[in-house]
Formats: sequence, structure tokens, C-alpha cells
Amino acid sequence: MPKITIDNREIEFENGMTVMQACELANVEIPRFCYHDKLSIAGNCRMCLVEMEKSPKPIASCAMPAGEGMVIKTNTDLVKSARRGVMEFLLINHPLDCPICDQGGECDLQDQALHYGFDKSRYEENKRAVNNKHMGPLVGTIMTRCIHCTRCVRFSTEVAGVDDLGMLGRGENAEITTYLEKTIKSELSGNVIDLCPVGALTSKPYEFKARPWELKKTETIDVFDAMGSSIRIDSLGKTVLRVLPRLNEEINEEWINDKSRFAIDGLTKQRLDKPFMRKNSKFQIVDWNTALSIIVTEINNRNKNKTLALSGKLTDIETLYSAKSFLNSIGSSSYDCRYDNAQFIENQRDSYIFNSSIQKIDDADAILIIGSNPRWEATVLNARIRKAYIHNNCKIGLIGKAIDLTYTYKHLSNNIDYLNDILNDQSDFCTVLKKAKKPLIIIGTSAINFSDGKDILKVCAEIAKKYQITNHNFNGLNILQQDISRVGALDIGFYNNFFDLDYKNSLKQHIQNYKPVVFLLGLDEIDLSILQDSFVVYLGHHGDATANIADIILPIPAFPEKTSTFVNMEGRVMQTTKSYNPIGESKEEWKIFRALSDQFENKLNFNNLNELRQEIITKFIFLKEINSLPSVLLSKFGLPVKIKNRELEYNIKNFYMTDSISRSSVTMAKCSKEILDKVA
Amino acid sequence: MKHPGLINTVIKDNNDFFQWSEKNFAKIQIIIEKYPPGRQQSAVIPLLDLAQRQNKGWLNKSAIEKIAETLSMSFIRVLEVVTFYSMFNLNPVGKNYVQICRTTPCWLRGSDKLSEVAKEVTGCKIGVTSNDNQFTVVEVECLGACCNAPMVQINDDYYEDLTENNFRDLLNNLKTNKSIKPGSQIGRQTSDPKRNN
Repeated sequence: MPKITIDNREIEFENGMTVMQACELANVEIPRFCYHDKLSIAGNCRMCLVEMEKSPKPIASCAMPAGEGMVIKTNTDLVKSARRGVMEFLLINHPLDCPICDQGGECDLQDQALHYGFDKSRYEENKRAVNNKHMGPLVGTIMTRCIHCTRCVRFSTEVAGVDDLGMLGRGENAEITTYLEKTIKSELSGNVIDLCPVGALTSKPYEFKARPWELKKTETIDVFDAMGSSIRIDSLGKTVLRVLPRLNEEINEEWINDKSRFAIDGLTKQRLDKPFMRKNSKFQIVDWNTALSIIVTEINNRNKNKTLALSGKLTDIETLYSAKSFLNSIGSSSYDCRYDNAQFIENQRDSYIFNSSIQKIDDADAILIIGSNPRWEATVLNARIRKAYIHNNCKIGLIGKAIDLTYTYKHLSNNIDYLNDILNDQSDFCTVLKKAKKPLIIIGTSAINFSDGKDILKVCAEIAKKYQITNHNFNGLNILQQDISRVGALDIGFYNNFFDLDYKNSLKQHIQNYKPVVFLLGLDEIDLSILQDSFVVYLGHHGDATANIADIILPIPAFPEKTSTFVNMEGRVMQTTKSYNPIGESKEEWKIFRALSDQFENKLNFNNLNELRQEIITKFIFLKEINSLPSVLLSKFGLPVKIKNRELEYNIKNFYMTDSISRSSVTMAKCSKEILDKVA
Repeated sequence: MKHPGLINTVIKDNNDFFQWSEKNFAKIQIIIEKYPPGRQQSAVIPLLDLAQRQNKGWLNKSAIEKIAETLSMSFIRVLEVVTFYSMFNLNPVGKNYVQICRTTPCWLRGSDKLSEVAKEVTGCKIGVTSNDNQFTVVEVECLGACCNAPMVQINDDYYEDLTENNFRDLLNNLKTNKSIKPGSQIGRQTSDPKRNN
């Protein structure tokens, strides 16, 4: 390996590294503003100047490729004065409004001015002022603070794939803006706030709310899509003030989508904080004991062994397991998680997980997307596909309605029967798949949520086999789940084959025949008319549409208020951390089912969360390994059949409002109005 | 008082509809073909120039968007180029776009006086278009003809070796639509040494 000398120490580095990266290897800190390792190199802030032997002037280390035998010095007087000079120039037009700036306390400019700057100003002229720009309901701007690092411009162009931001003018007239101040139309726009090294781009919902040092920081997992992105929740008392991404190269890199970041104001709106009971079509507050005893009476009065439990988008493993155990203990096995009717193949875990892992998308050189809008179903994953498109020249084909995915793709068909053509080598895209070295298939739940779902999976598995997408040590057949709850629910068997193929009608039949007690575990995506005649117990944290028709409402904590286990779309087990105590009288679901089971013959065995988790792990050993990828599974789904013609419809209609939390969020309502032009 | 080429705001409420003229449309194809396929964005500067000439010396919203469309670029990328170069005007200019050089050599040779003359003859302030749309007078930095200082640029041509008197005549001739001669106004061949008689 080539060698470079940094501050009299010889360091080995890899070819293609820059001087700055080599310095990082040597643990030498180089100050920077414009450089960011996930973005292209701009080299315009000049803060990273270092001294290079044989060079008459200091060099910008972020843009200079490291070379064999280079001698770099980072602590000489020349470097110090260069940094001080750059800092003085940057501060010439930067306002001294740190006391009222949202970035105060976590500002790169503030920190670096302290370490590398000058203690006084020699500038006596007027500072320039720049008009603030409108960028939409999420990104607030105080443009006078901008130091023109262009990180935001590079992010939106390179990662988000929307050419909305740009730098107009030059020199003193330079300003960052969107074209004619239109809204940034990206689901990743919130990330420019994190990228901004100063307080020029700020979070509008978080504006003037708190100082970073007074917030409680909880490292946890995002639940708004099935990726399970690593996030940090900053809370003050019982309010979540902001959500920030954490670095996780395997899943979300450094980004999260705008829903995960901004839907949190929904956590304080429309909350259910006490148990309610319906009496004469009005809700009455009741205490927990009364509520539970009513439920017990109803279970006994109705078909006890047909009692039903249906799970929703955000239901965690603890809830699913305790609900299943409770139902089993009273002799019922009627439970299901597939409210969207998405099909899978029983006992084949690879028929419902993202087998290749998210990180492997980076290497892909051909991707066939079937019935999925990854931009809305898993935004950060879509940014990965875009990355493969840019860096690997990845060819992408889409079966489904034509949509803007932020990259160029070949639109193959609107109809699912096009899969027959691909299987029989009658499509242009077949040549792409044949030539590709690392092809992938991504199947959205919109493709498999009909009675032919299992057939589609079988055909896709056959395609994967034919075009070498799966081989003995790699499985490139991926199912893109939309809910964080789904993979875990299927893993622990929270389904009943009775509800297979046609969820809605079989559910209707079940309820009409037995008129049972129905536990809705935070499920809001259900046709309310089929719940008539049944006794509905709604376990939820938000008073959404379903809560209105419930007979009993039991309040449960929302995701930051409890610690839960989820399995993400890759089959990776994840645990969330509690940020603050639950609101009102809400109680975890497993406690409710534990308490209910006391009133019946077979009691549940666990008495606390630890015992519950132990029991789950004993039964499902694969849930023991937290945060590790499952081993490669090979798809053997059975013989393919010919698929009938059906037009595909994406099942997410509004990205900003997909679950009870985001539907209650004011910020998300503003977004859907301003960005998607939809009235909530 | 602002140079029309150095502003960042696009005139929005303009009803002007920009459409390539037939002649220019043919030219576009030739310009784009100069660049490798898929690199048509490289033609943005020649196309902006072409559009500006067609549109009486300035670019409106419609023209910028038309160019973006022609080259399959986003609007903001075209606007970045427009605002970077002072050659592209975002405000309407008069028939004669007079740019007076005020950088040191011209200034030492009396460019201040030229500005005064221009204001007097055209009757408008620096950076403003005259009421009859005949003139827009702006002060600019070095135009690179210091050897014949002081000088001004009017539309595409340089007028050099100016004095208060010959500049006044020049502007008056322009005003009355008389023909004027570009280059040195004292009969110098390029920048030959001037004889002091």
C-alpha cells in the first residue's frame, strides 16, 4: 500500500483516497464545512487547507488526491494562519446572531471558530443581508447565515435526485434558493437541515423550540417504514421535539425520510389517554378494571373460541406474541396481520423478507421493480437504488404505473401478466437481466395483495432462478414490505390460513358467522362496515376512524413511550428504546393481555417484559440475535403458473399520511397540501 | 441601480411567451451537435446567448424555461448559469446597451466623465433604461481594452479612445439613428502608438 507522511508520521493509505481521508486515518482532525463523505467534493470552503511539502501554498486537503511519498503538515504556523484567514473571511458576512440561532450549540461554524478562528473582528464595513427563501413547509431559511458550502445543493441533486436547489449569482451576490422559491418536492428534504453546517437551513416545525443541550437524546429505531432506520429521538418532558438520523451504513446511511422526521407532532394530537366505553353511542371514561371486566364478559358471552385479533402497521412483537398466546389460551386461533391482503408462502421466510439486504442494492447492476413505488414505500432505500443507478450504471425496469422515481427506468408494463413475458424470454428487459452480474428483483406488496399473490411469488422465484438472480450464496429476490410490524408478525405466526387469499371477505364471513369480540391492535386500515355485530376492542394510541366505532377503547403507548421489538424488512431483529413515560393511563398491550388472561382458565406465564421476551426467544430462536442479518435463504416456492392480466395499483396514496400518527400530524397535513396538492 | 446582468431575480409576472424563431431553431441543432450525445447541456451558454439576442437583449422566465426544456435540464441549473455570467440580462435593456468600463486604467483616463456625458445625453441614471427605450447605461469592470482607454461597449462593439466630446457625438449619433464606427474614435489602427503632435 502507498505511504504518506502526516505530521512526521508515516501512514499507509488506500489508492484513491484524498489527503483529508488519509489524515483521518492518522487521527488528525481537519476542519471542514463543504466536504461531506456521502456527497461529491466541492472544495469551496477552503477550511481544510494543509501544508504540503514542495507546494508553494497550502492545499485543500479534501480535493487533493493522496499520493505516494507526500509529506503533509497540519500543525504548522502556515496552516494555522491559513485556517484563521479562511475563518475570518467566512465570518465577514456571517451574522453574530448565535443567541437566537437554532443551530446554536451544535453549529460547525461556532465550534470551528472557537478552535481555529480569531478572537476579534477587524471588519468594519457593513455586512451583507440576504432575503429569506421559501422552500416549503419543512425547511426554514435564514439565508444571511449561509456560507455557501453547497452541501444542500449537492445533496438534493445527487442523493435526493430532485434538481430543486441551486446557487444563484456569484461572489457577494451568491445565494442558495429553489427555482422561483418553489417548494422542494422531495421526501428526503429534511436531510438538508442536518447537512447545513450553519443555521441557514433550519427545521420549520422545530424553530425556536429548544436548545440541543436541554433535550433528552434516545437512540432508537424508526417505525414509519419497514426499513427500521437508525434514529435519535430528542425529547423534552413528554414531547418529542425532533428526530435525527444516526449513521448506519447497512440501512439508512445518514438519511431519514421526511415522514419519520416530521410526523412526530402527531404524537401529541388526538391521543387516547384513558380507557373509554361506548354507551348509547357516546364514549364514556371508564377505569381499567371495569373496561377489562366488560371485555371478559363479552368474550364469555360470545363465541369465545372465535375471538379475533387483527394487527396494524406499528404493532410490535411483544404485542403480537401476547395477543396470540392469549387467544390460544382461550381456544381461538383467529388472528391475522395481513390487513392489506399481501400474500406469502407458508414456512418460507424468504417469501416475505428483503433477502439480498438493503446494503447489497449498492452493488446491483440491474433491478426489476414489480408493483412497488420505492420512493414512497421506503424512501431511503430508493436513494440507494438511485446510488446504484449513478455509480453502477444500474438498469432499472418497472412493472406498475409510471411514476417519478428520481432516476431513469424502463417502464415495462402497467399489468402484472408481463411477468409471463419475462419468464418466457419475450421481453427486452430479459437481455438486461441476462447480462447483469448482480441483478435484483424487488416486489412491492401492491403486486401480491390479490388472490394471485402466491402465484406471482412463484413466477418471480422462477424468474430469479432462470436469470441467476438467486444462486447458492445469494438471494436477489426481494419483497419490499411497507410496515415495520409485518415481517415480525409473520415470523411468529400471527396469521391464520382461513384469512388467506381473500382477507376482507373471509374476515366478513368470520365476523358474520360468529359475531366475536374483535381486538384491533392499532389497526386503522380496515373496512369499518364489516365490523358490525361484533364487539370491537380498540387498542391504540390515536383516536383515528376505527376508534370511533369501537365499543371499548384501551389506550396504549406510542412508539417512543415503550421499548419494543420489531423485525425489519430484511429480517433483522431490532429493539426500540423508551424516550419518556407513556401519556395518561395508557398501558403496554402485553400487560393488557396478561391481565385478561387472569380471568380465564389458562393464564399466561410471563409477569414482566423480561419474562415475556425470554419466552419469545425460547420459542423463536432467530429473534435472539439483535441487529444481525439472517443467513441466505433460497427461494423454492413451487412450480410457476401462468399469471392472469391485472392492472397494478400502488397502495400508498399519500406518502405523508400512512398511519395514525402521521394522519394526526399538522406538519404532515401541510406537506400533503403543499407538496402533493392533496387536502387532508 | 443594478447591472441587469448581476441580479438574481427572474421577472415572473411577464406575459411574454418565448418560442424559438425558425432561424434560431435550425441553429440550435447545429450547436447541440458540436457536443457528444447525452452532453447537450454543454450548449447552455450558446443557447442562452441566442435566446437573448432573439428576445431584445434580455432573458425572461419563459425563455429560461424554454432553454431548460430544449436541453432537458432543470430550470434551476439554467438559472444558475444565467445569474453567474453578467453577460445574461434578467431585466429588459434599451436598444443600445452601453457598458462603460470603470476599472483603473479607464478610470485614470477619464471614465468618470464618460458616465456624466452618458447620463446627460440619454437622460437616465446608471443602471436604468431611458424612457424612450433607446439606451441602458451601466458601469462595468474591465472589458480588456485598457490600451485604448477609456472605452465603452455598446451592444456587441467596442468604442475606444474616447473623450467627452467624441463620446457625446457618438451617443447623439446613436440617438438620431446615424451610423457610427466601432473601434478607436481617434483613427488609431488597433493600439498603435499615438503621436503627440
